[in-house]
Amino acid sequence: MNFEEFAAKPLLAAGGIAVPPSQVVVSAEEAGVAAETIGPCVVKAQVPTGKRGKAGGIKLAATPDEARTHADTILGMKIGGYTVEKLLVEGQVPIARELYAAVLNDPVTCGPVVLFSPLGGMDVEEAAEQDPNAMRRMPVDIREGLDAGKAAGLLSGLNLDGQHDAIAEVLVKLYDVYRANDAELLEINPLVLTGDGGVLALDCKFTLCDSAVPRREELSAQGTPDKATDLEAEAAEAGLKYIELGGSVGVLANGAGLTMTTMDAITHYGGQPSNFLEIGGEAYTKSEIALKILLKNPNIKSLLVNFCGAFARTDVMAGGVVEAWKALNPDIPVVFTIHGTGEDEAVALVKSELGIEPFDLMDDAVKAAVEAAR
Amino acid sequence: MIPRKEHRILIQGITGKQGTFWTEKMVSYGATVTGGVNPRKAGTMHLGVPVHATAKEAQGTFDIACMFIPPMMAKTAGIDACEAGAKLLVCLTEHIPSHDVMEMHAAARANGTRIVGPNTAGIVVPGETFVGILPAFNDRVFRKGKIGVISRSGSLGTLISLNLVQNGMGQSVVYGVGGDPMIGTTTRDALQMLDADEGTEAIAICGEIGGSAEEDAAEYARGMSKPVVAFIAGRASPPGKKMGHAGAIVSGGSGDYPSKRKALEAAGVRVADVPSQIPEMLRG
Repeated sequence: MNFEEFAAKPLLAAGGIAVPPSQVVVSAEEAGVAAETIGPCVVKAQVPTGKRGKAGGIKLAATPDEARTHADTILGMKIGGYTVEKLLVEGQVPIARELYAAVLNDPVTCGPVVLFSPLGGMDVEEAAEQDPNAMRRMPVDIREGLDAGKAAGLLSGLNLDGQHDAIAEVLVKLYDVYRANDAELLEINPLVLTGDGGVLALDCKFTLCDSAVPRREELSAQGTPDKATDLEAEAAEAGLKYIELGGSVGVLANGAGLTMTTMDAITHYGGQPSNFLEIGGEAYTKSEIALKILLKNPNIKSLLVNFCGAFARTDVMAGGVVEAWKALNPDIPVVFTIHGTGEDEAVALVKSELGIEPFDLMDDAVKAAVEAAR
Repeated sequence: MIPRKEHRILIQGITGKQGTFWTEKMVSYGATVTGGVNPRKAGTMHLGVPVHATAKEAQGTFDIACMFIPPMMAKTAGIDACEAGAKLLVCLTEHIPSHDVMEMHAAARANGTRIVGPNTAGIVVPGETFVGILPAFNDRVFRKGKIGVISRSGSLGTLISLNLVQNGMGQSVVYGVGGDPMIGTTTRDALQMLDADEGTEAIAICGEIGGSAEEDAAEYARGMSKPVVAFIAGRASPPGKKMGHAGAIVSGGSGDYPSKRKALEAAGVRVADVPSQIPEMLRG
């Protein structure tokens, strides 16, 4: 789950990392009022995407009037597909240097890694690609954590205008905020040197680990929910992962790998999948509600049920499908292919309750579903 | 490490509904289950084996620990198993918070434990043993043979195994590595193991979009003499969306289908468009 700047920065502040004074506003009038207290300020669009500056979503304002004018321009602007509805009015800070710092989960070492670059700012990713030395990285042993000595080691040899100690201190605090909040990613870009000894975070990106949401309820309420269609939201409410894809062949399968494969096979045989919907793992008892949601999609012309049960028992999943099918009696063809745990019971159930013979081979089932959707 | 019949298995969470169901399946298949863990039922017997309060209490009585533990309690159980000297920890649990996963990996490194998973369906050695939640007992899906199967997904690994059996082939080992982004045994690690396994003549990799597991495995496959074929799920998946597995996401152009396919093919690995092509590729 991603957090926008206005929701991420308070975490840094709580962890002792300096941030400029700021206020969240939703109108030009409020922006003006905020600027009266804050003084010369930056008006910043709050949207869950990068490149806000390049899109014209970040503007300097010397006076409250100017803040009002900029706010008026930026509110309603479209940036990366998002409409700006919220602004951060933030005090201006003298910028002598822009740096980059982040802590994130590293799939290679299966532990945290700290990143630091003396080249902060908008194009740090590109800069790091061109010059790998521009980005320093240090894996951290999660049982030991990060201390000032190790952080200083990451910075050694870099020209940082004599601010090594202060920056090392920020890195240690950044790591602690990352650990305290189940972060997948915590990034400050830019981290600025003010020239008079100050080190401040001017922007912050925070991604909360999705699997930690159940134990971070209060925190996750501050995050930005994923963009979702009504049906996707309804499925999420029921604990199901459903993604609308726009095609006409409905997909109900168990397990992420099998569901993606089913979509691939539909495409391979000339059809278009209407959705990703998997009921594997702990969700295998939810086939009835899953099917009900799926059938609300008006674009579906046929339904392909593909079960290859391991943990997910096909007899339980097929039972749910049969129940939902009988209750809704939808006017579209459905094809089945069922293998794995509980397959004899599942196949017998589909035959006796729906009068349908499941296909032995997945390819045959996919071809039939694609044909039926034409 | 490939599980063998003689390896002694400890089931963490043995008394739960799923723990009970799958332990019975493992035992009747021939796996050597020597004990279980549930702190609230310590001292009792379940399915004919002793229940311990912790894995540490069972230290010395097992080689492999297999976790049927809910996500928020997984870290404690996983670290317990590592510290109790598990050689292999099969972590079936999905949705473990990533910081807990990293702590488990750190404990594994410190104690010399190999973790498989998290979010794996386990490992089947047909005709010999299995540990996890794969339907090893279904002989339409799993039969003893010469093909090693490696899969990030339990359901897809099951499908590919089924395809092999439908075409008269069987598996030497089916190794589920797990669908999480930070896993203890990667596709490459499993490939290396199966390369060294005498019973394996050829290998089928079931990959998926996201991460760099297939690219890393391709590097190793380049130097192998055993044939390797692959199927990568997610060609028709949109970028920027987590496709069920936490690890299955294409972001910023990395981990996408074309780059994986290209890396594998450049290493001499044939890549199937649909899983049903795998058997013929292995024949040819």
